[in-house]
Amino acid sequence: MDLVLLFFIFVLAAFLGLELISKVPSQLHTPLMSGSNAISGITVVGALLAIRSEAEGTIGMILGVAALVFATVNVVGGYAVTDRMLQMFKKKGK
Amino acid sequence: MDANDLINLAYVAAATLFVFGIKMLGSADTARRGNMVSGLGMLLAVVVTLLADGLDYTWIIGGLVVGSAIGLAAARMVKMTAMPELVALFNGFGGLASLLVAWAEFEKVREIGWVAYELEMQANTVFSGFVIYAAMLIGGVTFTGSLFAYGKLSGKLSGSAMVFAGQKALNILLLIAILAVGAVFTWSTDLELAYKLFLTGIALALLFGIMGVMPIGGGDMPVVISLLNSLSGVAASAAGFVIYNNVLIVAGCLVGASGLILTVIMCKAMNRSLGNVLFSGFGAASGGGGDDDDREPKAISVEDAFYVLEAASSVVFIPGYGMAVAQAQHVVKELAELLEENGCEANFAIHPVAGRMPGHMNVLLAEADVEYEKLLEMDTVNPMMPTVDVAIVIGANDVVNPAAANDPESPIYGMPIIEAHNAKTVFVLKRGQGKGFSGLVNKLFLMENTCMIYGDAKATISSLVNELKGS
Repeated sequence: MDLVLLFFIFVLAAFLGLELISKVPSQLHTPLMSGSNAISGITVVGALLAIRSEAEGTIGMILGVAALVFATVNVVGGYAVTDRMLQMFKKKGK
Repeated sequence: MDANDLINLAYVAAATLFVFGIKMLGSADTARRGNMVSGLGMLLAVVVTLLADGLDYTWIIGGLVVGSAIGLAAARMVKMTAMPELVALFNGFGGLASLLVAWAEFEKVREIGWVAYELEMQANTVFSGFVIYAAMLIGGVTFTGSLFAYGKLSGKLSGSAMVFAGQKALNILLLIAILAVGAVFTWSTDLELAYKLFLTGIALALLFGIMGVMPIGGGDMPVVISLLNSLSGVAASAAGFVIYNNVLIVAGCLVGASGLILTVIMCKAMNRSLGNVLFSGFGAASGGGGDDDDREPKAISVEDAFYVLEAASSVVFIPGYGMAVAQAQHVVKELAELLEENGCEANFAIHPVAGRMPGHMNVLLAEADVEYEKLLEMDTVNPMMPTVDVAIVIGANDVVNPAAANDPESPIYGMPIIEAHNAKTVFVLKRGQGKGFSGLVNKLFLMENTCMIYGDAKATISSLVNELKGS
């Protein structure tokens, strides 16, 4: 893929990220952080692509599987714990 | 349109879901749905990736199952008070995953050589070398930095800032070494040499993560956690450049940027710059000002406190990390209810950096079912303070230190605080006479209108609750 194009979307995403949460009430900082932390587990996609039986040697495979496990913990745990927190916030509103 | 185009289109959809998810997380009404929307984006990205050619499904399914089981179990079992540690730990895993992806990619290069790699990926070798090193570096620093923060937060390591002579010089040397090794790695054509450099780089990055977080005191942890969160996004983004994958780049960059904003907000709440937080070794230096004061804070018994509270018509609770440690949020809520039945107005004053992560107190009080409207932000509560009969400080320290407002000598001078000292009476619940997390002496404890109630916050409040019930 075109490198310049990748940089282009990188820069746009940075501004989008800055815009998205410039005014978040402080009580939501923890869930927001934990939720965005879960998104950073997107590396799971990279880990999946690393696990290709033919293209790499044994070490590459082992590294890929390890990456997959850690990234999955980050993703699944992150979303679950964020949901648990937000559940408590919800209950209180009623 | 071939399969690759379809996959990329699905990635665009996933990125869109992430954007909406983050947006919705920013408002209380939609936050939970926002989290689900972003989770849906993640699911889409993963499922679509599974359709790619040449994947080894046995290992993949095994890895997904093991990772999910660990993540779910940890998320279910963690106590709400231990939330900052867990987020730090997850964060570190994200960083480690990025490091490993970069490493796996480099193994691929080692297997087939730079030239073949360049042809296959249609990449520029210098650029590939650069991003592989960058993803490894940022991921590695995030990993050990988060682990160290986890150790501090969970009490396994001392929470105070650790500084030693020549620390800054050592860190600068380390940084120079990392950059030098990276530069040689990037332009090196000799694979054996590159491999050695890469492994050296990993070791240096891991060390740098530890050295970077070591001199930062526990009071600054909300900033550090937030910054590490941002870094884990940047690491994922860098890993995206390594494997030329747009969804990694976009999602990682979103997290990096939004984490950075949070970090800046935290710094503002403490009236300090990021550089100051990272490099000052806050609280490790002998606390300036206040040390010459050897008056004893005056202590009162729970019973006396009860008589004051019974007569009070307005009470403000100011929770801090001590409330989290004592797990006192439920009894605090009970006490607040009893006081209200007694005709008293009870509110909670929340400092933005109270606790060990941004918004920590809000989560704890939400767990105890405290009504949303009773949580007052600093700017709302401070003008009310002079009319408050009793301010009850529960295990908070620096966020109520009047030195921040009136002692230019103090290292925290200028930091916005909850002005508990303006209340008619202040009760400070504290385990002992030791200094707070920042290591600063708190003049609030010595003031005329302040009374200390020593002991575990939960036990103290429970006995207050019993007294009120008995009356």
